[in-house]
Amino acid sequence: MKIVVQMTLNGLRIDVDEGMTILEAARFYGMNIPTLCYLEGLSPYGACRLCLVEIGMPGQSKLVTSCTYRVEEGLVVRTDSEWVIKRRKMLIELYLATCPSSKVIQDLASKYHVTTVRFTPWHEDCILCGLCVRMCAEQMQGKAIGFAHRGSNRRVTTPFDKESEVCRLCGGCMYVCPACQSRCQGPQEEQPVCNACLNLQQPCLDYFEDKMCFMDPCVACELDANREVKAKRRP
Amino acid sequence: MPINLIGVEPLYKELNHNTTLSLVRFLLQGGVLMNTGIRSKLAKPVDLKNLREMLKDRLDPKKQRLVVCGDTGCSVCGSRELAPAIEEVLQERGLAGSVELKVTGCLGFCEKGPLVLVFPGAVFYQQVQAEDAAEIVEKTVLRGEIVDRLLYTDPADGRKITCAYDIPFYKLQTRTLLETGWYINPLDIDDYIARGGYAALAKVLDGMPPEAVIAEIKEADLRGRGGAGFPTGLKWEFCRAAAGNEKYILCNADEGDPGAFMDRSLLEGNPHAVLEGIIIAAYAVGAKEGIIYIRIEYPTAVLKIEQAVRQARELGLLGKNILGSGFDFEVIISKGAGAFVCGEETALIRAAEGKVGEPRQKPPFPANAGFRGMPTVINNVETFVNVPLIINRGAAAYHETGTESSGGTKIFCLVGKINNSGLVEVPFGTTLRQIIFGIGGGIKNGKRFKAVQTGGPSGGCLPEEMLDLKVDFKDLAQAGSIMGSGGMIVMDEDTCVVDLARYFLQFLKSESCGKCFSCRVGIQRMLEIYDRLTTGSASIEDLDLLEELAVTVKDTSMCGLGQTSANPVLSTLRYFRDEYLAHVRDKRCPAGVCRSLFRYSIDQDSCIGCGSCAEQCHAGAIVEMEEGCYSINPELCTRCGACVEACVSDAITKG
Repeated sequence: MKIVVQMTLNGLRIDVDEGMTILEAARFYGMNIPTLCYLEGLSPYGACRLCLVEIGMPGQSKLVTSCTYRVEEGLVVRTDSEWVIKRRKMLIELYLATCPSSKVIQDLASKYHVTTVRFTPWHEDCILCGLCVRMCAEQMQGKAIGFAHRGSNRRVTTPFDKESEVCRLCGGCMYVCPACQSRCQGPQEEQPVCNACLNLQQPCLDYFEDKMCFMDPCVACELDANREVKAKRRP
Repeated sequence: MPINLIGVEPLYKELNHNTTLSLVRFLLQGGVLMNTGIRSKLAKPVDLKNLREMLKDRLDPKKQRLVVCGDTGCSVCGSRELAPAIEEVLQERGLAGSVELKVTGCLGFCEKGPLVLVFPGAVFYQQVQAEDAAEIVEKTVLRGEIVDRLLYTDPADGRKITCAYDIPFYKLQTRTLLETGWYINPLDIDDYIARGGYAALAKVLDGMPPEAVIAEIKEADLRGRGGAGFPTGLKWEFCRAAAGNEKYILCNADEGDPGAFMDRSLLEGNPHAVLEGIIIAAYAVGAKEGIIYIRIEYPTAVLKIEQAVRQARELGLLGKNILGSGFDFEVIISKGAGAFVCGEETALIRAAEGKVGEPRQKPPFPANAGFRGMPTVINNVETFVNVPLIINRGAAAYHETGTESSGGTKIFCLVGKINNSGLVEVPFGTTLRQIIFGIGGGIKNGKRFKAVQTGGPSGGCLPEEMLDLKVDFKDLAQAGSIMGSGGMIVMDEDTCVVDLARYFLQFLKSESCGKCFSCRVGIQRMLEIYDRLTTGSASIEDLDLLEELAVTVKDTSMCGLGQTSANPVLSTLRYFRDEYLAHVRDKRCPAGVCRSLFRYSIDQDSCIGCGSCAEQCHAGAIVEMEEGCYSINPELCTRCGACVEACVSDAITKG
């Protein structure tokens, strides 16, 4: 029998099955948390850091990766609080500067209104999310690729950089890669941010604390004066 | 496989390597043989007591002893030649039987090594070389005279000090953990037992329930000495309460901070104390197996802990049915090869399992799912050394030293631009000023104090106004630094904090495992900004960006390495913002360290035209414009400073 735990997600009291992660619970209830290294069917990895959410009561809260954190009784989660959004935007800016040619990252930037990049673009082909490595090992039973070296030299490769004997050229690694998709359109090389999909009609709120508007894009919170939306309005 | 069962690995395997052989010979100087023969096991606690009784004459305070520091620092300075020389002289004089020679672990005052202590009286000789051996034996041992020139001189009043305990460096410390190291040969279990070793283990196994042990540790407010300061008793309690019968104890001896060597000194000076702490912890949480994860860059420490494990097993202090209590425990030694990140507990677990040493996201915490997925307690070497002390003295007596939230003492490695660098043990709550100016004896060459970096590369940089800060986990965290494992790097006015933060970031960049994005990319991007700062091409917006980036890396990284990597950046930005502004606005490095931001020039009024600077300049940047008139071409100058040293009339200025 499934054990159900009760938790609070963006001000909503919800019931979820024990053993679920915060990310799974949030997606089940229709709240989107951005991810780059998570894929259903692969083991959670916690490396892209985009799925960070704030847990705990204000004042004692902390940021955790929702893809690895399992739900527990009485857990209070805020997926789009000021703290989360600030850090997430900075991460997206860093992603854009690392890998501006990825459509997935460009779309994320537009969604989160990241319109400038203050770093020199690197034009990397890989963000080391590890999806391909896990895809190969866990779904294709291939284990043809893995990580080599550490830190800034870390990269995905076959053992000893030799052509792999176990690789079946299935292409699963390319299929899941968020970085190697080409851009939706081609902004100039020196301009790393595309923002073609930027929603010029911005949502009325930047972030949400305990109560969240579930309209995406948000339209109507202003209509209801009684709603306690404790968030700062866009100037 | 990185895991070796060392019991099966005979010692001669280690010995066939020439350097190891000479190392062992050196460490064994004084004739104490290793207990390689089979000894009868101690079946009951009373057997241990009887053995201690038998070894009583080792404690004889009147016996003449010569103690030579065998730690790495002293041995590279010459104690490796000194110990054989002393032994030779003793044999020549026929004193080999009556005078005991001991090569011990670190004696602490590394600045003045090689060190020799002569007992009785604890006569302290510094910077002793092999040539001095005969004189020491002749005068001090035979005639009780003091060799004046080898004594320590107090810089404050020029007075010579004979007894080690009167030297301010030692006098101002509270040496409880390090104390035993002065008297024991780390390779000899009998020395440890004679000084009360394994008494705590016997006390625990002789009718103290595991819960009572945990309660005692909790009451003592022992906090993990590895850096984060998590209450040890609580950790043990979680692990004991965790489901599962298979539990593990992991000892973190993967000390990797630049300038820190507390754990190495403890392992080399008193390995049995570490082992005793591990066995007690295992009994408290119900573990049957322990792993000591030690870095292979510490060959002496590896050798000594392996010897300790072997001897403890011989005496039945490890293995089945320890001291007749029915408690079984075995220890495995796992050697790690040089990765700073493996000091992080989840990375350490993976490395000990034989996988790539990379952290994973917590929770679950190791107390619930650690080594091989089983509940595991991970503690630092120094934490374990505190455990027998607490059991022997009782929590209340132990907690008399320290602050309310953390009991006991902490060992620091005092290094950098300080007069008395070395190993320092003080109670929690001692101020930084007491440590740096009292024990440390102030800044070298009479320069001004600028900052102290506590906690190694992931720590914070604290300025002069924070010197009265009490050293404690909480207070240091509030000040924007960390306790870390206890490194303390002191800097003088010639240090540029921008350059310093850049140096630490560079270290962390090469040590980051690269798994999580924010640590890997965040550190590299911070370094890009530092490159601009130190070359004078940064803008004022870069400072805000740096701060925003540092906070992001701190908040969003997976493990401790990333979360603390921003500390050097944030603390220097907080306390030394003016210096950053000078780099940005005035394109000037106030300390004169950042090479792109200053120029050397020759003051024509004081120049005597000797030309020695031009001779020294390897870049050919100094040319004689007309006779006796030199000038420096800034385009060619590499700012190496060789000309400044060559100048006899101090005519070359920085600016």
